[in-house]
This record gives sequence, structure tokens and C-alpha cells, in this order.
Amino acid sequence: MTDVVAPPTVVVDPPGAIGHGHATATGISNSKLAMWVYLGSDCLLFGSLISTYLLLRHRSVVGVGPKDVFDIPFTSVSSFVLLMSSLTMALAVASIVRGDVQRNRAWLATTAMLGGVFIAGQVYEFTTFYREGLGYTTNIFGSAFYTLTGFHGLHVSVGIVMLMSLLVMSLRGNLGPDKAEAVEIVGLYWHFVDIVWILIFTVVYLIP
Amino acid sequence: MSVSTPDHDTHAAADRDPASAEVDVEHGHDHPSDWLYVKIALILGAITALEVGTYFIQDASTTLLVAVLFPMMIIKFLVVTAYFMHLKYDNPLFRRVFFFGLLLAMFVFIVALSAFEFWDDDFLKFLR
Repeated sequence: MTDVVAPPTVVVDPPGAIGHGHATATGISNSKLAMWVYLGSDCLLFGSLISTYLLLRHRSVVGVGPKDVFDIPFTSVSSFVLLMSSLTMALAVASIVRGDVQRNRAWLATTAMLGGVFIAGQVYEFTTFYREGLGYTTNIFGSAFYTLTGFHGLHVSVGIVMLMSLLVMSLRGNLGPDKAEAVEIVGLYWHFVDIVWILIFTVVYLIP
Repeated sequence: MSVSTPDHDTHAAADRDPASAEVDVEHGHDHPSDWLYVKIALILGAITALEVGTYFIQDASTTLLVAVLFPMMIIKFLVVTAYFMHLKYDNPLFRRVFFFGLLLAMFVFIVALSAFEFWDDDFLKFLR
């Protein structure tokens, strides 16, 4: 009796599957789907904060207003830094998918550093506004502005913690191509905070 | 039982997006190349520079600023979601889940703003 040899078969993952997880009912990664569901729900959070800001920003009757405190050139630089961090995050995902662990570490560290620069800029901006007379309870514009941009800053800070966690995992040798999906999921979160800032920068800062 | 060869699968993956030659299909699903990511970032940077440029236009009406800035904002939003977040290449289910949340948020808060009379005469005067 001769052995039966199965013909060579290559299984291609469906789009959405990173290719290293276990089988799921949908054929796509549950972790990635969960992140997309979370991001869809986070749209509601930021939608509420942006619409509240739009509703309240011109209803202040005391204290300083947007025109008195905004420094558009400074905020533009911060926006550019956050936008470029999306590029470095995309490169971090691409490098781990290719199995290039060294470059992945470099891009993760760069993304975290750019995020840190953005947060430092926000702290500087808040401090300056406070010195110019805009506290959280000074007027309704201040409350809406600090709540909206503060929540965004909190999201960026959580993203930096996730990036640093990935970096530590990588330095301990626990982040190889088999964990590429973890990097991709953190990347989705990071790009989301970038697109939220794209909206905030236009709606809050650029439109008077 | 279907049998496929590596060569066949690679071409099949590439055929899904014939317009994009700059994709890496080695892992079974498409990923833009590093160079494509850099080009996209340069485009996004250029659009941001144009947005910031509107700040220096003297006496621009709010209507004009909204008409110019909103399309640029939407383009940046869509480019980041399509390429950096891979929605262009990924499973359509992710796109549906995300845009369902986004459209729901837009609908809910347009209704909420209407309830608070955001689009009243003051708003129209503000636009003028």
C-alpha cells in the first residue's frame, strides 16, 4: 500500500485576519473586531463632546474667549506632530508584519515619543491659557474646551502607555511576527486619536 | 475540496486591488508599502499646511472657511481610515462597524443640536 500525499495547499487568511490567531465563527479576528466596535462607540463620546463645545463656546458672558487665547501656529505644529505619529505607527505595523523586530522597536519608540511631544504641547497650552485667565470654571467656553481637548489628551496618554507596553514586550523578546495583530490593534487606536484630532483642530481651532 | 498554489493565491490577492500596485501581499492580505505610507503622510501634511494657511487670510467669512476647511478635514479623515487603518484593504465588516458608529453619532448629535436650537438665526448670522 502506498502513502497518500496530500497536494500542497496554501491557506490564505480572509481580509481582516492577521493570520496567527485561532479560528473564529466569522473568519476574522475577534480582538480586531472588538477594537473596531470600541472605536465606533468612541465616536459617540467625541460626538457628544464636540457638539457640546459647538453649542456652548459662544454663550459665555464673562472671561476670555477663543480669540483671546488660541495660538494657531503653535497648535498647528502639535497637529503636524500627531499626524506624523500616524505615519510612524503605520510603519511599526508594517515592520512587525514583515518580521523586522528591530525596526518595529524603533518605530514604536518614535511613535510614543511623538505622542509625548503632543501631550507636552497640550500641557504647555493649558498652562498658558490658565495664566491668561481661562480656568476650567471661568466660563462655559473654558469648561467645554478643557473637557473636549482633555479627553482627547487622555486618549493619547493611554495610547502612549500601550505603545510603551509593546516596546517592553519587544525588548523582552515577546513581540515577534506572531504577535503582529497586537501591534495592529494598538495602531488602530492610535490612528483613531489622530482622526479625532483632525476633527478637533478644524472645528475648535480653525473655524472662528 | 479546492487546492490552491502559492503562486495562484498571490495573484488572487493582488487582483483584489488592481489599482494599487504598491501593496505587499506576502501575508495573504494586502498591506500598503512603506513608500506608499510616506507619500500618504506627505499628502496629509500638505493638506494640513493648506488648512493652517486659511488662518492667515484676512477678513475671510466663516461661510468661506467652512466651505474650504470641511472638505479638507473630510479628505484627511478618509485617507487616514482607508490607508493607515487599512479599511481599504481589510474585511468590509470593520468598515461597516466603524461607519455605523460614526453615522449614528452624527445623526444623534445633529438631532441634539437641533433640539437646542443650534441652527437658529444667530447661527445663520454667524455664518454670514
